[in-house]
Amino acid sequence: MIGFWTLFEKEILRFWKVAFQTVAAPVLTALLYLLIFSHVLDQHVRVHGVPYGSFLIPGLIMMQVLQNAFANSSSSLIQAKITGSIVFVLLPPISYGAFFAAYVLAALARGLMVGVGVLLATVWFVDLQVVAPGWIVAFVLVSGALFGALGMIAGIWVEKFDQLAGFQNFLIMPLTMLSGVFYSIHSLPAFWQGVSHYNPVFYMIDGFRYGFFGVSDVSPLLSFAVVFACFAGVTLLTLELLRRGWKLRG
Amino acid sequence: MTTAVSIINVVKRFGSLQALAGVSLDIGEGDFFGLLGPNGAGKTTLISALAGLVRPDSGVLKVMGHDVVRDFRAARRLLGVVPQELVFDPFFSVRETLRIQSGYFGIRKNDDWIDEILANLDLTGKADTNMRRLSGGMKRRVLVAQALVHKPPVIVLDEPTAGVDVELRQGLWQFIRRLNAEGHTIVLTTHYLEEAEALCKRIALMKQGRVVALDTTANLLAGHPGDSLEDVFIRTMRA
Repeated sequence: MIGFWTLFEKEILRFWKVAFQTVAAPVLTALLYLLIFSHVLDQHVRVHGVPYGSFLIPGLIMMQVLQNAFANSSSSLIQAKITGSIVFVLLPPISYGAFFAAYVLAALARGLMVGVGVLLATVWFVDLQVVAPGWIVAFVLVSGALFGALGMIAGIWVEKFDQLAGFQNFLIMPLTMLSGVFYSIHSLPAFWQGVSHYNPVFYMIDGFRYGFFGVSDVSPLLSFAVVFACFAGVTLLTLELLRRGWKLRG
Repeated sequence: MTTAVSIINVVKRFGSLQALAGVSLDIGEGDFFGLLGPNGAGKTTLISALAGLVRPDSGVLKVMGHDVVRDFRAARRLLGVVPQELVFDPFFSVRETLRIQSGYFGIRKNDDWIDEILANLDLTGKADTNMRRLSGGMKRRVLVAQALVHKPPVIVLDEPTAGVDVELRQGLWQFIRRLNAEGHTIVLTTHYLEEAEALCKRIALMKQGRVVALDTTANLLAGHPGDSLEDVFIRTMRA
Protein backbone atom coordinates (compact mmCIF):
# COMPACT_ATOMS: atom_id res chain seq x y z
CA MET A 1 0.00 0.00 0.00
CA ILE A 2 2.90 2.41 0.67
CA GLY A 3 3.93 2.13 -2.98
CA PHE A 4 0.42 3.05 -4.10
CA TRP A 5 0.15 5.98 -1.67
CA THR A 6 3.57 7.29 -2.67
CA LEU A 7 2.73 7.20 -6.36
CA PHE A 8 -0.65 8.84 -5.65
CA GLU A 9 0.98 11.58 -3.54
CA LYS A 10 3.68 12.12 -6.16
CA GLU A 11 1.04 12.58 -8.85
CA ILE A 12 -0.86 15.06 -6.65
CA LEU A 13 2.35 16.99 -5.92
CA ARG A 14 3.23 17.00 -9.62
CA PHE A 15 0.16 19.03 -10.59
CA TRP A 16 -0.06 20.98 -7.33
CA LYS A 17 3.43 22.42 -7.84
CA VAL A 18 2.13 24.03 -11.02
CA ALA A 19 -1.42 24.70 -9.74
CA PHE A 20 -1.58 28.08 -11.46
CA GLN A 21 -1.49 26.25 -14.78
CA THR A 22 -3.31 23.03 -13.81
CA VAL A 23 -6.07 24.33 -11.51
CA ALA A 24 -6.43 28.13 -11.69
CA ALA A 25 -6.26 28.43 -15.50
CA PRO A 26 -9.17 26.04 -16.26
CA VAL A 27 -11.26 27.74 -13.56
CA LEU A 28 -10.67 31.10 -15.25
CA THR A 29 -11.55 29.62 -18.67
CA ALA A 30 -14.86 28.28 -17.32
CA LEU A 31 -15.62 31.62 -15.67
CA LEU A 32 -15.05 33.44 -18.97
CA TYR A 33 -17.38 30.99 -20.76
CA LEU A 34 -20.06 31.71 -18.16
CA LEU A 35 -19.67 35.48 -18.23
CA ILE A 36 -19.76 35.67 -22.02
CA PHE A 37 -22.58 33.18 -22.70
CA SER A 38 -24.78 34.19 -19.77
CA HIS A 39 -24.36 37.88 -20.62
CA VAL A 40 -25.55 37.25 -24.16
CA LEU A 41 -28.22 34.61 -23.53
CA ASP A 42 -29.40 34.67 -19.91
CA GLN A 43 -32.28 37.09 -20.54
CA HIS A 44 -33.40 35.35 -23.72
CA VAL A 45 -33.02 31.62 -23.24
CA ARG A 46 -34.41 29.16 -20.72
CA VAL A 47 -33.63 25.46 -20.94
CA HIS A 48 -35.89 22.93 -19.15
CA GLY A 49 -37.40 26.04 -17.49
CA VAL A 50 -34.00 27.04 -16.05
CA PRO A 51 -32.29 30.38 -16.89
CA TYR A 52 -29.43 29.80 -19.33
CA GLY A 53 -26.66 30.94 -16.94
CA SER A 54 -27.79 28.44 -14.29
CA PHE A 55 -28.21 25.70 -16.91
CA LEU A 56 -24.67 26.28 -18.15
CA ILE A 57 -22.80 25.91 -14.85
CA PRO A 58 -23.13 22.13 -14.28
CA GLY A 59 -22.02 21.53 -17.88
CA LEU A 60 -18.99 23.78 -17.45
CA ILE A 61 -18.06 22.05 -14.19
CA MET A 62 -18.30 18.58 -15.70
CA MET A 63 -16.45 19.62 -18.87
CA GLN A 64 -13.53 20.94 -16.84
CA VAL A 65 -13.51 17.89 -14.55
CA LEU A 66 -13.30 15.58 -17.57
CA GLN A 67 -10.71 17.57 -19.51
CA ASN A 68 -8.45 18.05 -16.50
CA ALA A 69 -8.69 14.45 -15.31
CA PHE A 70 -7.69 13.37 -18.82
CA ALA A 71 -4.91 15.95 -19.03
CA ASN A 72 -3.42 14.91 -15.69
CA SER A 73 -2.85 11.23 -16.28
CA SER A 74 -2.01 11.58 -19.98
CA SER A 75 0.51 14.42 -19.54
CA SER A 76 2.17 12.76 -16.56
CA LEU A 77 2.71 9.50 -18.44
CA ILE A 78 3.84 11.01 -21.74
CA GLN A 79 6.23 13.35 -19.94
CA ALA A 80 7.68 10.45 -17.92
CA LYS A 81 8.03 8.36 -21.09
CA ILE A 82 9.73 11.11 -23.09
CA THR A 83 12.13 12.14 -20.33
CA GLY A 84 12.79 8.51 -19.38
CA SER A 85 11.78 9.05 -15.75
CA ILE A 86 9.04 6.42 -16.21
CA VAL A 87 11.80 3.96 -15.26
CA PHE A 88 11.49 5.11 -11.62
CA VAL A 89 7.95 3.70 -11.39
CA LEU A 90 8.65 0.63 -13.52
CA LEU A 91 11.62 -0.61 -11.47
CA PRO A 92 9.89 -0.82 -8.04
CA PRO A 93 7.54 -3.65 -7.00
CA ILE A 94 4.33 -1.68 -7.67
CA SER A 95 1.52 -3.87 -8.98
CA TYR A 96 -0.27 -2.78 -12.14
CA GLY A 97 -3.50 -2.44 -10.14
CA ALA A 98 -1.84 0.00 -7.72
CA PHE A 99 -0.26 1.82 -10.67
CA PHE A 100 -3.71 2.23 -12.26
CA ALA A 101 -5.41 3.31 -9.03
CA ALA A 102 -2.75 5.91 -8.19
CA TYR A 103 -2.85 7.59 -11.60
CA VAL A 104 -6.66 7.52 -11.89
CA LEU A 105 -7.30 8.81 -8.36
CA ALA A 106 -4.76 11.62 -8.78
CA ALA A 107 -6.38 12.55 -12.11
CA LEU A 108 -9.77 12.52 -10.39
CA ALA A 109 -8.40 14.68 -7.57
CA ARG A 110 -7.25 17.32 -10.07
CA GLY A 111 -10.56 17.14 -11.89
CA LEU A 112 -12.47 17.60 -8.62
CA MET A 113 -10.27 20.51 -7.52
CA VAL A 114 -10.94 22.28 -10.81
CA GLY A 115 -14.65 21.36 -10.60
CA VAL A 116 -14.99 22.79 -7.09
CA GLY A 117 -13.02 25.84 -8.23
CA VAL A 118 -15.41 26.42 -11.14
CA LEU A 119 -18.40 26.02 -8.81
CA LEU A 120 -17.00 28.49 -6.28
CA ALA A 121 -16.06 31.00 -8.99
CA THR A 122 -19.39 30.90 -10.84
CA VAL A 123 -22.03 30.30 -8.18
CA TRP A 124 -22.10 34.04 -7.29
CA PHE A 125 -23.42 35.00 -10.71
CA VAL A 126 -26.51 32.77 -10.92
CA ASP A 127 -29.17 31.08 -8.84
CA LEU A 128 -28.05 27.44 -8.63
CA GLN A 129 -30.18 24.74 -7.00
CA VAL A 130 -29.16 21.28 -5.79
CA VAL A 131 -32.00 18.76 -6.11
CA ALA A 132 -30.23 15.39 -5.96
CA PRO A 133 -26.69 15.67 -4.50
CA GLY A 134 -26.22 11.90 -4.65
CA TRP A 135 -26.42 11.95 -8.45
CA ILE A 136 -24.02 14.91 -8.58
CA VAL A 137 -21.41 13.01 -6.56
CA ALA A 138 -21.95 9.71 -8.39
CA PHE A 139 -21.64 11.24 -11.87
CA VAL A 140 -18.63 13.42 -11.11
CA LEU A 141 -16.69 10.58 -9.46
CA VAL A 142 -17.31 7.92 -12.10
CA SER A 143 -16.96 10.32 -15.05
CA GLY A 144 -13.74 11.88 -13.70
CA ALA A 145 -12.26 8.45 -13.05
CA LEU A 146 -13.28 7.32 -16.54
CA PHE A 147 -11.43 10.24 -18.14
CA GLY A 148 -8.45 9.68 -15.84
CA ALA A 149 -8.29 6.11 -17.15
CA LEU A 150 -8.72 7.29 -20.74
CA GLY A 151 -5.83 9.67 -20.13
CA MET A 152 -3.72 6.72 -19.02
CA ILE A 153 -4.46 4.87 -22.25
CA ALA A 154 -3.56 7.97 -24.28
CA GLY A 155 -0.40 8.57 -22.24
CA ILE A 156 0.72 4.97 -22.71
CA TRP A 157 -0.24 4.86 -26.38
CA VAL A 158 1.24 8.09 -27.78
CA GLU A 159 4.94 8.69 -28.19
CA LYS A 160 5.07 12.45 -28.81
CA PHE A 161 3.40 15.52 -27.32
CA ASP A 162 1.79 16.45 -30.65
CA GLN A 163 0.14 13.02 -30.82
CA LEU A 164 -1.31 13.67 -27.39
CA ALA A 165 -2.48 17.13 -28.52
CA GLY A 166 -4.20 15.43 -31.46
CA PHE A 167 -5.93 13.03 -29.08
CA GLN A 168 -7.11 15.96 -26.94
CA ASN A 169 -8.12 18.30 -29.78
CA PHE A 170 -9.72 15.79 -32.13
CA LEU A 171 -11.35 13.39 -29.68
CA ILE A 172 -11.68 14.66 -26.12
CA MET A 173 -12.54 18.29 -26.97
CA PRO A 174 -15.27 17.47 -29.56
CA LEU A 175 -16.74 14.76 -27.31
CA THR A 176 -17.07 17.23 -24.42
CA MET A 177 -18.05 20.34 -26.41
CA LEU A 178 -20.72 18.43 -28.41
CA SER A 179 -22.21 16.67 -25.41
CA GLY A 180 -24.76 19.23 -24.24
CA VAL A 181 -22.51 21.43 -22.12
CA PHE A 182 -23.94 24.53 -23.80
CA TYR A 183 -27.38 23.25 -24.88
CA SER A 184 -30.06 20.65 -24.38
CA ILE A 185 -29.99 18.05 -27.15
CA HIS A 186 -33.76 18.63 -27.54
CA SER A 187 -32.84 21.87 -29.28
CA LEU A 188 -30.99 19.88 -31.98
CA PRO A 189 -32.44 18.46 -35.21
CA ALA A 190 -33.58 14.82 -34.86
CA PHE A 191 -30.50 13.45 -36.63
CA TRP A 192 -28.04 15.18 -34.29
CA GLN A 193 -30.15 14.22 -31.28
CA GLY A 194 -29.67 10.60 -32.36
CA VAL A 195 -25.93 11.10 -32.85
CA SER A 196 -25.66 12.66 -29.37
CA HIS A 197 -26.94 9.45 -27.85
CA TYR A 198 -23.75 7.71 -29.04
CA ASN A 199 -21.58 10.21 -27.15
CA PRO A 200 -20.97 8.92 -23.60
CA VAL A 201 -20.10 12.42 -22.40
CA PHE A 202 -23.69 13.47 -23.13
CA TYR A 203 -24.87 11.04 -20.40
CA MET A 204 -22.25 12.35 -17.95
CA ILE A 205 -23.36 15.96 -18.41
CA ASP A 206 -27.07 15.17 -18.55
CA GLY A 207 -27.00 13.02 -15.39
CA PHE A 208 -24.79 15.52 -13.55
CA ARG A 209 -27.14 18.35 -14.50
CA TYR A 210 -30.12 16.33 -13.25
CA GLY A 211 -28.56 16.45 -9.77
CA PHE A 212 -28.84 20.26 -9.82
CA PHE A 213 -32.20 20.87 -11.49
CA GLY A 214 -34.09 17.55 -11.33
CA VAL A 215 -34.67 17.66 -15.10
CA SER A 216 -32.71 15.96 -17.85
CA ASP A 217 -32.91 14.83 -21.47
CA VAL A 218 -32.82 11.13 -20.47
CA SER A 219 -33.36 9.26 -17.19
CA PRO A 220 -30.41 9.67 -14.76
CA LEU A 221 -30.53 5.94 -14.11
CA LEU A 222 -29.97 5.19 -17.79
CA SER A 223 -27.24 7.83 -17.93
CA PHE A 224 -25.46 6.34 -14.95
CA ALA A 225 -25.72 2.82 -16.39
CA VAL A 226 -24.09 4.02 -19.63
CA VAL A 227 -21.35 5.98 -17.81
CA PHE A 228 -20.59 3.13 -15.41
CA ALA A 229 -20.45 0.59 -18.25
CA CYS A 230 -17.97 2.85 -20.09
CA PHE A 231 -15.92 3.24 -16.92
CA ALA A 232 -15.84 -0.54 -16.37
CA GLY A 233 -14.82 -1.16 -19.99
CA VAL A 234 -12.06 1.46 -20.02
CA THR A 235 -10.81 0.25 -16.62
CA LEU A 236 -10.55 -3.35 -17.81
CA LEU A 237 -8.78 -2.25 -20.99
CA THR A 238 -6.29 -0.08 -19.08
CA LEU A 239 -5.55 -2.84 -16.56
CA GLU A 240 -4.94 -5.30 -19.38
CA LEU A 241 -2.55 -2.88 -21.13
CA LEU A 242 -0.67 -2.39 -17.86
CA ARG A 243 -0.58 -6.13 -17.15
CA ARG A 244 0.98 -6.72 -20.57
CA GLY A 245 3.33 -3.76 -20.14
CA TRP A 246 2.16 -2.51 -23.54
CA LYS A 247 4.46 0.32 -24.74
CA LEU A 248 5.96 0.49 -21.24
CA ARG A 249 8.03 -2.68 -20.94
CA GLY A 250 9.84 -3.74 -24.12
CA MET B 1 28.61 -20.06 -3.78
CA THR B 2 25.07 -18.78 -3.21
CA THR B 3 23.65 -17.37 -6.43
CA ALA B 4 22.48 -13.75 -6.37
CA VAL B 5 21.63 -13.50 -10.08
CA SER B 6 20.79 -16.43 -12.27
CA ILE B 7 20.37 -15.99 -16.03
CA ILE B 8 19.39 -19.07 -18.00
CA ASN B 9 19.34 -19.17 -21.80
CA VAL B 10 17.74 -15.73 -22.24
CA VAL B 11 16.71 -14.79 -25.77
CA LYS B 12 15.38 -11.40 -26.88
CA ARG B 13 14.71 -10.07 -30.36
CA PHE B 14 13.70 -6.54 -31.37
CA GLY B 15 12.28 -7.09 -34.86
CA SER B 16 15.14 -8.39 -36.96
CA LEU B 17 17.76 -7.56 -34.32
CA GLN B 18 18.87 -10.44 -32.10
CA ALA B 19 19.67 -8.50 -28.91
CA LEU B 20 20.24 -11.57 -26.70
CA ALA B 21 21.01 -14.93 -28.28
CA GLY B 22 20.76 -17.40 -25.41
CA VAL B 23 22.66 -15.76 -22.55
CA SER B 24 23.37 -17.87 -19.48
CA LEU B 25 25.42 -16.90 -16.46
CA ASP B 26 25.34 -16.96 -12.67
CA ILE B 27 26.54 -14.20 -10.36
CA GLY B 28 27.44 -15.17 -6.83
CA GLU B 29 26.23 -13.40 -3.71
CA GLY B 30 28.75 -10.74 -2.68
CA ASP B 31 30.43 -10.79 -6.08
CA PHE B 32 31.66 -7.66 -7.89
CA PHE B 33 30.78 -8.67 -11.43
CA GLY B 34 31.69 -6.86 -14.64
CA LEU B 35 29.50 -7.12 -17.73
CA LEU B 36 31.58 -5.76 -20.57
CA GLY B 37 31.23 -5.47 -24.31
CA PRO B 38 31.07 -2.97 -27.15
CA ASN B 39 27.99 -0.86 -27.84
CA GLY B 40 25.16 -3.08 -29.06
CA ALA B 41 26.55 -6.21 -27.40
CA GLY B 42 23.34 -6.67 -25.37
CA LYS B 43 24.52 -5.54 -21.93
CA THR B 44 21.76 -2.98 -21.35
CA THR B 45 19.11 -5.32 -22.79
CA LEU B 46 20.26 -8.02 -20.37
CA ILE B 47 20.13 -5.59 -17.44
CA SER B 48 16.72 -4.33 -18.56
CA ALA B 49 15.44 -7.90 -18.68
CA LEU B 50 16.78 -8.49 -15.18
CA ALA B 51 15.03 -5.31 -13.99
CA GLY B 52 11.73 -6.22 -15.67
CA LEU B 53 11.94 -3.30 -18.11
CA VAL B 54 12.22 -5.69 -21.04
CA ARG B 55 10.42 -9.01 -21.32
CA PRO B 56 12.59 -11.81 -22.71
CA ASP B 57 11.21 -13.93 -25.54
CA SER B 58 12.42 -17.02 -23.69
CA GLY B 59 14.68 -17.98 -20.82
CA VAL B 60 14.63 -17.33 -17.09
CA LEU B 61 16.15 -14.58 -14.96
CA LYS B 62 16.22 -14.76 -11.17
CA VAL B 63 17.30 -12.35 -8.45
CA MET B 64 18.14 -14.10 -5.18
CA GLY B 65 16.08 -17.06 -6.41
CA HIS B 66 13.01 -15.00 -7.42
CA ASP B 67 11.86 -15.16 -11.03
CA VAL B 68 11.75 -11.58 -12.40
CA VAL B 69 8.55 -12.28 -14.36
CA ARG B 70 6.49 -14.67 -12.21
CA ASP B 71 7.67 -13.36 -8.84
CA PHE B 72 8.44 -9.82 -9.97
CA ARG B 73 7.55 -8.05 -6.73
CA ALA B 74 10.05 -10.02 -4.64
CA ALA B 75 12.70 -9.82 -7.38
CA ARG B 76 12.39 -6.04 -7.78
CA ARG B 77 12.54 -5.45 -4.03
CA LEU B 78 15.96 -7.14 -4.01
CA LEU B 79 17.36 -5.22 -6.96
CA GLY B 80 18.66 -1.66 -7.32
CA VAL B 81 19.34 -0.40 -10.82
CA VAL B 82 21.26 2.68 -11.93
CA PRO B 83 20.04 3.30 -15.48
CA GLN B 84 22.41 4.35 -18.23
CA GLU B 85 20.39 7.38 -19.39
CA LEU B 86 20.58 10.56 -17.35
CA VAL B 87 16.89 10.67 -16.38
CA PHE B 88 15.17 12.67 -13.66
CA ASP B 89 11.79 14.05 -12.63
CA PRO B 90 12.00 17.85 -12.99
CA PHE B 91 9.27 18.56 -10.42
CA PHE B 92 11.20 17.50 -7.34
CA SER B 93 14.25 18.27 -5.21
CA VAL B 94 16.94 15.67 -4.53
CA ARG B 95 15.50 14.79 -1.10
CA GLU B 96 11.94 14.60 -2.45
CA THR B 97 13.16 12.35 -5.25
CA LEU B 98 14.79 9.97 -2.78
CA ARG B 99 11.79 9.95 -0.41
CA ILE B 100 9.46 9.20 -3.31
CA GLN B 101 11.72 6.43 -4.57
CA SER B 102 11.84 4.93 -1.06
CA GLY B 103 8.03 5.03 -0.91
CA TYR B 104 7.75 3.12 -4.18
CA PHE B 105 9.65 0.33 -2.45
CA GLY B 106 7.34 0.46 0.57
CA ILE B 107 9.73 2.40 2.80
CA ARG B 108 8.91 5.59 4.72
CA LYS B 109 10.76 7.69 7.29
CA ASN B 110 14.22 6.57 6.17
CA ASP B 111 15.84 10.00 6.23
CA ASP B 112 18.81 8.70 8.22
CA TRP B 113 19.72 6.35 5.39
CA ILE B 114 18.97 9.03 2.78
CA ASP B 115 21.31 11.41 4.62
CA GLU B 116 24.01 8.72 4.68
CA ILE B 117 23.69 8.10 0.96
CA LEU B 118 23.73 11.85 0.25
CA ALA B 119 26.88 12.27 2.36
CA ASN B 120 28.65 9.36 0.67
CA LEU B 121 27.79 10.69 -2.76
CA ASP B 122 28.77 14.25 -1.81
CA LEU B 123 25.21 15.50 -2.34
CA THR B 124 24.36 16.77 1.16
CA GLY B 125 24.60 20.41 0.08
CA LYS B 126 22.22 19.76 -2.80
CA ALA B 127 19.53 17.90 -0.85
CA ASP B 128 16.94 20.65 -1.27
CA THR B 129 17.94 21.66 -4.79
CA ASN B 130 15.57 20.95 -7.65
CA MET B 131 16.82 18.19 -9.95
CA ARG B 132 16.77 20.57 -12.94
CA ARG B 133 19.44 22.72 -11.31
CA LEU B 134 22.02 19.94 -10.90
CA SER B 135 24.99 19.34 -13.18
CA GLY B 136 25.15 16.14 -15.22
CA GLY B 137 27.57 14.50 -12.77
CA MET B 138 25.32 15.35 -9.83
CA LYS B 139 22.25 13.98 -11.60
CA ARG B 140 24.22 10.78 -12.21
CA ARG B 141 24.98 10.53 -8.48
CA VAL B 142 21.30 11.03 -7.64
CA LEU B 143 20.54 8.09 -9.93
CA VAL B 144 22.97 6.01 -7.88
CA ALA B 145 21.30 7.24 -4.68
CA GLN B 146 17.86 6.29 -6.03
CA ALA B 147 19.07 2.75 -6.68
CA LEU B 148 20.27 2.45 -3.08
CA VAL B 149 17.33 3.88 -1.08
CA HIS B 150 15.83 0.44 -0.39
CA LYS B 151 19.18 -1.14 0.49
CA PRO B 152 18.97 -3.81 -2.22
CA PRO B 153 21.27 -6.83 -1.85
CA VAL B 154 21.91 -6.73 -5.62
CA ILE B 155 22.98 -3.45 -7.22
CA VAL B 156 23.23 -3.05 -10.98
CA LEU B 157 25.21 -0.08 -12.29
CA ASP B 158 24.84 0.56 -16.01
CA GLU B 159 27.75 2.85 -16.89
CA PRO B 160 27.49 4.82 -13.64
CA THR B 161 30.60 6.97 -14.14
CA ALA B 162 29.82 8.35 -17.60
CA GLY B 163 30.11 12.13 -17.29
CA VAL B 164 31.35 12.05 -13.69
CA ASP B 165 34.64 13.82 -12.98
CA VAL B 166 37.67 11.93 -11.63
CA GLU B 167 37.42 13.05 -8.02
CA LEU B 168 33.74 12.21 -7.72
CA ARG B 169 34.31 8.94 -9.56
CA GLN B 170 36.83 7.93 -6.89
CA GLY B 171 34.32 8.79 -4.16
CA LEU B 172 31.60 6.80 -5.90
CA TRP B 173 33.81 3.72 -6.22
CA GLN B 174 34.88 3.99 -2.59
CA PHE B 175 31.20 3.92 -1.59
CA ILE B 176 30.34 1.06 -3.94
CA ARG B 177 33.37 -0.91 -2.69
CA ARG B 178 32.14 -0.41 0.87
CA LEU B 179 28.68 -1.68 -0.06
CA ASN B 180 30.31 -4.70 -1.73
CA ALA B 181 32.42 -5.33 1.38
CA GLU B 182 29.21 -5.24 3.43
CA GLY B 183 27.82 -8.07 1.30
CA HIS B 184 25.99 -6.32 -1.55
CA THR B 185 26.37 -7.98 -4.93
CA ILE B 186 27.50 -5.48 -7.57
CA VAL B 187 26.91 -5.88 -11.30
CA LEU B 188 28.75 -3.26 -13.32
CA THR B 189 28.77 -2.33 -16.98
CA THR B 190 31.33 0.24 -18.06
CA HIS B 191 33.42 1.25 -21.01
CA TYR B 192 36.23 2.25 -18.63
CA LEU B 193 38.07 -1.07 -18.69
CA GLU B 194 40.71 0.00 -16.19
CA GLU B 195 37.89 0.54 -13.67
CA ALA B 196 36.49 -2.91 -14.39
CA GLU B 197 39.96 -4.46 -14.02
CA ALA B 198 40.52 -2.74 -10.68
CA LEU B 199 37.06 -3.42 -9.22
CA CYS B 200 35.56 -6.61 -10.65
CA LYS B 201 36.32 -10.07 -9.31
CA ARG B 202 34.58 -11.80 -12.22
CA ILE B 203 33.90 -10.58 -15.74
CA ALA B 204 31.68 -11.61 -18.63
CA LEU B 205 32.54 -10.32 -22.09
CA MET B 206 29.54 -9.98 -24.41
CA LYS B 207 29.48 -9.71 -28.18
CA GLN B 208 26.42 -9.65 -30.46
CA GLY B 209 24.05 -10.86 -27.78
CA ARG B 210 26.24 -13.73 -26.54
CA VAL B 211 28.64 -14.26 -23.66
CA VAL B 212 31.99 -14.93 -25.33
CA ALA B 213 34.16 -15.06 -22.20
CA LEU B 214 33.28 -15.61 -18.55
CA ASP B 215 35.88 -16.01 -15.84
CA THR B 216 37.53 -14.38 -12.87
CA THR B 217 39.42 -11.23 -13.72
CA ALA B 218 42.63 -12.92 -12.56
CA ASN B 219 42.10 -15.92 -14.88
CA LEU B 220 41.25 -13.71 -17.86
CA LEU B 221 44.52 -11.83 -17.36
CA ALA B 222 46.59 -14.90 -16.44
CA GLY B 223 46.29 -16.35 -19.93
CA HIS B 224 48.05 -13.31 -21.34
CA PRO B 225 50.88 -12.21 -18.99
CA GLY B 226 51.62 -8.52 -19.17
CA ASP B 227 48.38 -7.68 -20.96
CA SER B 228 45.77 -5.36 -19.51
CA LEU B 229 42.06 -6.11 -19.51
CA GLU B 230 41.77 -3.74 -22.44
CA ASP B 231 44.18 -5.92 -24.46
CA VAL B 232 42.20 -9.04 -23.56
CA PHE B 233 38.95 -7.25 -24.45
CA ILE B 234 40.19 -6.13 -27.88
CA ARG B 235 41.62 -9.59 -28.68
CA THR B 236 38.36 -11.30 -27.67
CA MET B 237 36.18 -8.91 -29.68
CA ARG B 238 38.31 -9.36 -32.79
CA ALA B 239 38.29 -13.15 -32.55
